[in-house]
Amino acid sequence: MDQYQVKRILKSTATHAFLLSVALTCLFPIFWMVRSALMTNETVFIDKSLIPASLQFGNFYTAWLEGNFGVYFLNSVLYTTAVVIGIVLISSLAAYSFSRLQFPGKNIFFYMFVAAMMIPLPGSFVPLYVLMNNLHLVNTRFGYILCMINVGLSLSILLLKTFFDKMPQDLENAARIDGCSKLGLWWHVALPLARPAIAVIVIFNSLNVWNEYILATLLLNDKSLMPLQRGLMVFQGAHSVDYPLLMAGLTIAAAPILLVYLFMQKHIIKGLSSGAVITLDKRTKYF
Amino acid sequence: MSAITSKIFNAAYAKDKFENFLFIVPAVLIFSIFYIYPFFDIFNLSLHEWNGIDLSREFVGLQNFQELIHDKVWWMSLWHAAFITIIALTLQNALAFALALACDREIRMKRFYMVVFFIPPVLSEVVVGLIWQWILNAGMQNGEHIGLLNYWLAKSGLPQLVHNWLSDPATALPCIAIVHSWKGFGWGFIMLLAGLRIIDRELYEAAKVDGAGSLSIFKNVTLPMMVPVIFVVVVLTILGSMQVFVLILSMVGHGLVYHTEVPVTRILVSMSETNRFGYACAQGVTFGVILVMVSVVLKQISNRMKQE
Amino acid sequence: MKRFFSLILCLLVLAGCGQVKKDPNSIVVWHWMTDRQKAFDKLALKYQEQTGIKVQFELYAPSDVYSQKVVAAAQARVLPDIFGILDKKSIMASFVQAGFVADLTEEFQKDNSVWENSIFPKALAVNRFEEGNIQKVKPGIYGVPIDVTNVQMLYNKKLLQKAGINNPPKTFNEFLEAAQALKRVGVPVLVSGWGEHWLVDCFASNYAFNIMGEEKIMATYRGEVPYTDPDWVKVLQIFAVLRDKGALAEGIVAKPNKYAEQDFALERVAFAFNGSWCVNVYHDMNPKLEYGVMLPPATDAQFPLKIWGGAGSSFMVNNTSQVKDKAVAFLKWITAKEQQVFLSEETKNLPANREALSSLPAILSEFAGAMDNTTHPKVWPINETPLVSEAFDKGIQSIIIGEKTPQDVAQEVQQVKEYGFKKAKRVTTQ
Repeated sequence: MDQYQVKRILKSTATHAFLLSVALTCLFPIFWMVRSALMTNETVFIDKSLIPASLQFGNFYTAWLEGNFGVYFLNSVLYTTAVVIGIVLISSLAAYSFSRLQFPGKNIFFYMFVAAMMIPLPGSFVPLYVLMNNLHLVNTRFGYILCMINVGLSLSILLLKTFFDKMPQDLENAARIDGCSKLGLWWHVALPLARPAIAVIVIFNSLNVWNEYILATLLLNDKSLMPLQRGLMVFQGAHSVDYPLLMAGLTIAAAPILLVYLFMQKHIIKGLSSGAVITLDKRTKYF
Repeated sequence: MSAITSKIFNAAYAKDKFENFLFIVPAVLIFSIFYIYPFFDIFNLSLHEWNGIDLSREFVGLQNFQELIHDKVWWMSLWHAAFITIIALTLQNALAFALALACDREIRMKRFYMVVFFIPPVLSEVVVGLIWQWILNAGMQNGEHIGLLNYWLAKSGLPQLVHNWLSDPATALPCIAIVHSWKGFGWGFIMLLAGLRIIDRELYEAAKVDGAGSLSIFKNVTLPMMVPVIFVVVVLTILGSMQVFVLILSMVGHGLVYHTEVPVTRILVSMSETNRFGYACAQGVTFGVILVMVSVVLKQISNRMKQE
Repeated sequence: MKRFFSLILCLLVLAGCGQVKKDPNSIVVWHWMTDRQKAFDKLALKYQEQTGIKVQFELYAPSDVYSQKVVAAAQARVLPDIFGILDKKSIMASFVQAGFVADLTEEFQKDNSVWENSIFPKALAVNRFEEGNIQKVKPGIYGVPIDVTNVQMLYNKKLLQKAGINNPPKTFNEFLEAAQALKRVGVPVLVSGWGEHWLVDCFASNYAFNIMGEEKIMATYRGEVPYTDPDWVKVLQIFAVLRDKGALAEGIVAKPNKYAEQDFALERVAFAFNGSWCVNVYHDMNPKLEYGVMLPPATDAQFPLKIWGGAGSSFMVNNTSQVKDKAVAFLKWITAKEQQVFLSEETKNLPANREALSSLPAILSEFAGAMDNTTHPKVWPINETPLVSEAFDKGIQSIIIGEKTPQDVAQEVQQVKEYGFKKAKRVTTQ
C-alpha cells in the first residue's frame, strides 16, 4: 500500500466516523419512538431494557382505529398532494418570471413576497376566519388548500428563484430559437432542470402540510374533513397522555413523509449531472 | 439604447411585458387574499387596544408601539432569539454544510445518510420535547440520575459536570439552542446538497486539470457557486430560529423566569394571557420589520460577495 | 401536461364537495376535552334515543387552539349552539356583553331553582356574575358546569414510609421536618409543574389566603395594600424556605406539568401539587401508585388556607342559536344525576351534580371532601391584572433559582403594579 492509499482510507474512515456519529443521534429518537410505541402505558417509563420484553404490536392497529386514521389519512394525502402541486406550479411560474423575464415592478413584487415570509401575523386567524367565512370557504377542503398554498408560497418562490438564477441558460436559449413559447420554456426546460430544487420544495411543503394542525382545526369543523394530525390529538388529552398509542400514531404519521423524502431524494442526488440534460433534449417536443 | 426606447411604444413589447407579468398573477392573487388583507387588518389592530372579543376596539394610535419600545422583556426576548439564531447559524449550518459536502462526493451509504439526517426535521415536537426532557432531566431516583446526560457524566468520571440543565439560566437557553440546531440541520443539509448537485461537474474537472487542490477548489469553485444557496439557507435559518417556540414550550413550559422568552412566546402571552390583541399585533409588526431589515442587510452582503 | 391539469381539476372537484348542510333538529357542541370525547359520544347517542335530538360533540384540541377557534368564530358570528370559554372572567364578561352568551338565570331558577340547587354552589359561582360586578355585566348565571375540580397536594404513601413518616404533615413546620427526613433517605420532596404560571400562582395564592386572608388580598388587587407589605413578603418567603430546606425537586421551575405528573406517577418524588384530574393521569401511568390527598400544609397564621377549586369545565349556550331551548334542555339533562354519575365514572372527574357524589372512588371522594375549602379567581370580586400576575409568578421562579430575594421580588411586583395604575389613569384622562 502506498502512502496515497493509506491517506485515502484514513480520510474515508474519518468521514464515515463523522457521518455515522451524527447519524446515530438522528436514529436514536426514532428508535425510541418505535420502542415506546411497542410498550404499554405502564411500562413505557419504567422498563429500561433496550428491547422491551413484550412487544405490543397491536398498538399500531389500536392507534389506527382509535385515532380514526382511515379518513384522516386520506384527507391528509389529498391536502398534501393538492397543496404541493399547487405550490410547485404557482411558485415556479412566479419564480421563473422573477428570474428570467422582465416586467415593470418586478423587484417590488419579489421583495413583497420575501418580506411577507418574514413578518409573522399574530392573531391573523381572526381576520382570516372572518374572510373565509364571508367567502363561504370555512369548513371546505378548497378553502383549507388555498390557505395552505399561501403558507408555503413565499418561501418556495424565494428558493426556486435562487436556483433558476443559478441554472445555465444555454438550453433555454436554444429552445427559444427553436420557437418555443415562454410557457413552453417554463414547462419543458426550466422545470425539469430545476428538479433538485423542486424536490426540496416538495419535501418542505409536504412536511408542512402533513404536520399542519392549527389552521385545519380553525377552518374545518367536520371530522370527515380533518387531516391526520387530528387523529393524534385523541391520544394527548389536556392532562393524560397515552404515550404508547401516541408514539404508534406518530410513527404511522411520520412514515409517509419519509417515503416522500425517499422518493424525492434521488432527484436531489441526480442534480444536473448524469445526463439529465441530454435526455431532456431528446424528450422535448415544443407545442 | 434608442432601439429599446422605441420598443416601449411598441404594442408587441407591451404585450410581452404583460405576458411576463401574467406568470406571477396566480401567486399574487392568492397572496393578496390570504396575506395582504390579514396584514392590513393586523396593522390596523396594532393601533388599537382590543381584547379579542369586545365589539368595540379603542383606537390608541401608536401607543402600543411606544409601550413596546420601553418593554424590557420584549427586547430581552429578541436577544434570546438572536442568541438561538447565532448558534443555529454557526453550529447548525456548519454541520449541515460539512455533511452536505461529504454526501456530495461519491461515498458509500450515501442514500442511508441522506435519509437519516432528515429524521429530526420529520419528528414531531412532542417526541423531541419528550426525549430531550429525558436526556436533560436533573432528577435522581434511588441514588441514580434519571437524566441520560447527567447519568452518563457521572458514570464517565465527570460528576462535577452534572448539572441542572434546564433550570439554570446559564444553561437553559444554550440547551434549547442546541436542541433546535439538532432538529433543524437536516433542512440546511438537503438544501445545500441540492445546491452542490446543481454545480456543473465540468467546473471541478477543469479546476483539477489546472492542478488546484481540494481546498482551493472549495474556495474558488464551490463557495462562489454556493453563495446564493447559502444566502437562502441563512435566511431560512434566521427565519426558523427567530420564530422558534413550540420546542421551548415543550421543553420548559412557560419558561424559566424570563430567561427563555423569545418574541413568539411574548406575542402568545399578549394574546392569550394578557388578552391584548392590539399589543400582540404591534409586537408582530415590529418583529417582522426587524427581520426584514436583517434580511436586507444580508442581501447586501451576499450581493457584495457575489461581485467579488 | 393535459394529464396534469385534469388531475388538478379532479382534485378541485373533490375539494369542492366538502360542505355539509346543517340539520335544524340537531345541536352542535364545540369542546376541547379530548379525554371525554368517548363518554360524550355515548351520552349523545343515549340522548338521541330518548328525545330524537341529535347532539354533535365536536372536539378541537389542544385547548389553546380551541380558544382561538372560539374567538375567531365569535368574530365571524358563527359560534355553535353550545361552547366553552376557557379564559379569565373578564373575557367571559366580554363574551356576555357582546351578546354571544345566553343568560341562563331564569332556567336555573325555574321551579324553585331545582337545577341551581342540584349543582355545587362553588362550581356555579364560577359562571355567575354577582350584583355590582366590576365588569358591569347584568347579574346572573351564564354557564353550566359539567364537573368540578380542585388543586391540592398529594403524597406517596410508600415513599413517606421509607422516610419513617406515618402521617402526612398537617402544618408547614411538619412538612419541613418531613422534607428533612425524606432528604436523608434520598427522596426528592415536592414536585409540581411550576414551569406553568398558573400552578405557581395557585400555590402562592393558597398561602396568601392563609397568611393575610381574602380581604387583604382583594385590597392589594385594588391597590390599597402594596406588595411590599410584610404579609406578601411572607408569602414569597415560603418559596425561599422551601428552596433553602431543599424541599423542591430539581428543575421544578422549568417543568411543564405533564413532566411533573410523570415524576410523581413514577414514584420519583414524595409530594406533588396538582389538580384532581391527576387521578386519571396517575391511574393511566401507574395503577399501583399508592397515594393520598392532603391540603397544602398551613403555616400557623390566623386565616384558613384556601385552595383553588370550582367548575372544571363549563358550557355556555349561544345566545343567537336557533335551537337555544333545546341546547338548554340538553345541558339540564347532562347535569342530571344519572349522566353525571356516568361521566364521573367514565372520565374519573368530580361531578358537578351534588347528588352524583355518593358513588365516587375513594381517592376522588378525598378530593371532593375539600370542596368547602375552595376559592377561585373567577369568584373573586376583583382579579389582579395579568401583567402584575406575570411579574409575581416570574418573581417566584427567580426566588426558587436563587436569583432574587423575596424583598426584591415584592418591590419589583409593586413597581409593575404602580406602572399599571399610572397607565390606566393616562388612558382614562385622555
